Amino acid sequence: MATELAFDPNTDIRDIGDDYKYGFSDKEDYLFKSGRGLTPEIVEAISTMKKEPKWMLELRLKALQTFLKKPMPTWGNTKMLESIDFDNIYYYIKPSERSEKNWDDVPEGIKKTFDRLGIPEAERKFLAGVTAQYESEVVYHSIREDLTAQGVIFLDMDSGLREHEDIIREHFASVIPVADNKFSALNSAVWSGGSFVWVPAGVRVEIPLQAYFRINAENMGQFERTLIIAEPGSFVHYIEGCTAPTYSSDSLHSAVVELIAKPGAHIRYTTIQNWSRNVYNLVTKRAVAQENAKIEWVDGNLGSKLTMKYPAIYLMGEGATGEVLSVAFSGHDQHQDAGAKIIHAAPNTTSIVTSKSISKDGGRSSYRGLIKVLPGATGVKTSVKCDALLLDEHSRSDTYPTMEIDEKDVSVEHEATVSKVGEEQLFYLMSRGLTADEAKAMVVNGFFEPFTKELPLEYAVELNRLIQLEMEGSVG
Amino acid sequence: MVTPLLKIENLHAEVDGKEILRGVDLTINPGEVHALMGRNGSGKSTLSYAIMGHPNYKITKGRIFFQGQEIQELATDVRARLGISLGFQYPVAIPGVSVSNFLRATTKAVRGQEVPIKEFRKELTAAMERLGVPKEFLSRYVNDGFSGGEKKRLEILQMAMLKPKMVVLDETDSGLDIDALKTVSSGINALATPETGILLITHYQRILNYVQPDFVHVFQDGRIVTSGGAELSSKLEEHGYDWVTQEQLTSGTV
Repeated sequence: MATELAFDPNTDIRDIGDDYKYGFSDKEDYLFKSGRGLTPEIVEAISTMKKEPKWMLELRLKALQTFLKKPMPTWGNTKMLESIDFDNIYYYIKPSERSEKNWDDVPEGIKKTFDRLGIPEAERKFLAGVTAQYESEVVYHSIREDLTAQGVIFLDMDSGLREHEDIIREHFASVIPVADNKFSALNSAVWSGGSFVWVPAGVRVEIPLQAYFRINAENMGQFERTLIIAEPGSFVHYIEGCTAPTYSSDSLHSAVVELIAKPGAHIRYTTIQNWSRNVYNLVTKRAVAQENAKIEWVDGNLGSKLTMKYPAIYLMGEGATGEVLSVAFSGHDQHQDAGAKIIHAAPNTTSIVTSKSISKDGGRSSYRGLIKVLPGATGVKTSVKCDALLLDEHSRSDTYPTMEIDEKDVSVEHEATVSKVGEEQLFYLMSRGLTADEAKAMVVNGFFEPFTKELPLEYAVELNRLIQLEMEGSVG
Repeated sequence: MVTPLLKIENLHAEVDGKEILRGVDLTINPGEVHALMGRNGSGKSTLSYAIMGHPNYKITKGRIFFQGQEIQELATDVRARLGISLGFQYPVAIPGVSVSNFLRATTKAVRGQEVPIKEFRKELTAAMERLGVPKEFLSRYVNDGFSGGEKKRLEILQMAMLKPKMVVLDETDSGLDIDALKTVSSGINALATPETGILLITHYQRILNYVQPDFVHVFQDGRIVTSGGAELSSKLEEHGYDWVTQEQLTSGTV
């Protein structure tokens, strides 16, 4: 029962010393590391090294031109965006020869890192498949044999392109056009790694597939590319986690994720982003849901310096459903600008957006959302709920909800609340013997519970532990 | 001589610069049940908050001892772990935190160690049966959407699990129908052991038909104005609080 995990009484926050336990780094020992900055030569080098078909190289080069031409977004945190130094970033680092199927074959140093992150253990315990990406390349991938036997494909995107070029060519950039925005263009030019998932009609992958993304080098740019296709009536749950070392200068993570749910299919995509606080996390995620299909984005943003991410769902077929459950935690010098975008393009489509954010120590959380109902999309139901919790006076929360409703026969609900951790709540909990830190952690864990209960057990435990860490010493 | 469980000496306290408690003296020994009665606004709740150490209630004079130890400087959670507990008149909701997790975390905090899960469940089930609390209670969020009666039951259920030595109950009887009052009262009686002290703060005499006090105190204008045995509460019920004021005027204590 997931509610059992809202507060883990076994955790003693005093036992845990470091605030961000993933901040360690490895010595660099790479097969290839591009120079700083972005040039057509680097794009060509990436494509050549990957032995890609010509159409992909052309797509990349065109995307590079688009990236260079496109202006920065003029919304979100423009000040932070302007401070990104694109010339200082390494756009491609190849850490090892190939993606291994056995952890023992992964280069020792990298394997150790993933051991420390608990990935092989998680795989043994509760995952149906794993890919582990280190810098630009996937160094390990595996999938349970029974799923392979049922025809499920779970590969890193580069292998996907080599082995299933037709499917990729048909769908790549079909949901998110290269020129959608500056960062989708950048990703399209220098993408590397990410996952390719294809689930045959009627197959239900009941145990989650997971991708883990690790940045190691300073000023690294990671640009994974993910495409998930669920054929009619199928189901898949994909989870991604991300961490990086703590450096004094910035790194960039800019992924593009495209989901396609065919009639009656169901895709759930869960993210627990815990980048170190020197990472810009500028990600484009979009899904298409056909008739009676269902898309769920479960999006947790805990880390990074600046995150700008608004998972989108295009409800294209009648009866399709979209849900976005987004939580954000903003601490000192962090800005989580997250939200959701739902396009109702067909009748009787339903969407639910739930956003929960917590700001503390001067952190800033923003909800930015768009609900759009196109003419002819009758019988639409949509509900947006945003709750923000402020832990102190100098933190900030903003809401930027936009609704564009071009149809009359629509049911729209919208609700937003901002609250503070109440003195009375703390007093109540402390009168039951909890310390001020424990009391705050309990209130925060409770606030996040609607999110936590959607996570597999192990993730929920980890998330609660992280929150307790964050709460340590937060009571003045 | 027995060390009193709770000893309050000439306690003065203010909220937002306004003096509410004006010289409270009270001694509670192990095994005693005290009822503190008074009108709304007489400062009864303030006394309970001051005993528990609410940060907004500033003690300006006087002292509070628990088992001989001066506690008025201690943080609320430290007092709780020493063995003092307060049943709130208006318990706050903690959305997203299930009653079972809450009870487990607080029991661990107060007892200083994890109670083995099997033992914990056994204890909890017994306490829940006594209080007529259904099993579904455990997966609900603490006080979230609870009726008045459910909140009070949960307060007493917590006491049953935390096993405080000094139990302060602030208007636990308010808002209860007669059946709920009976169950809650039997829960309170179950807390009363030869080692435990109970301070029952109430506006009405009615709960004292079910919980027998050893001492009754009448609270007025921030202090105890008269004390007596159980018979005092009946007198109050009969004559109302004005009677106390009259009594005092004639006896010259005011």
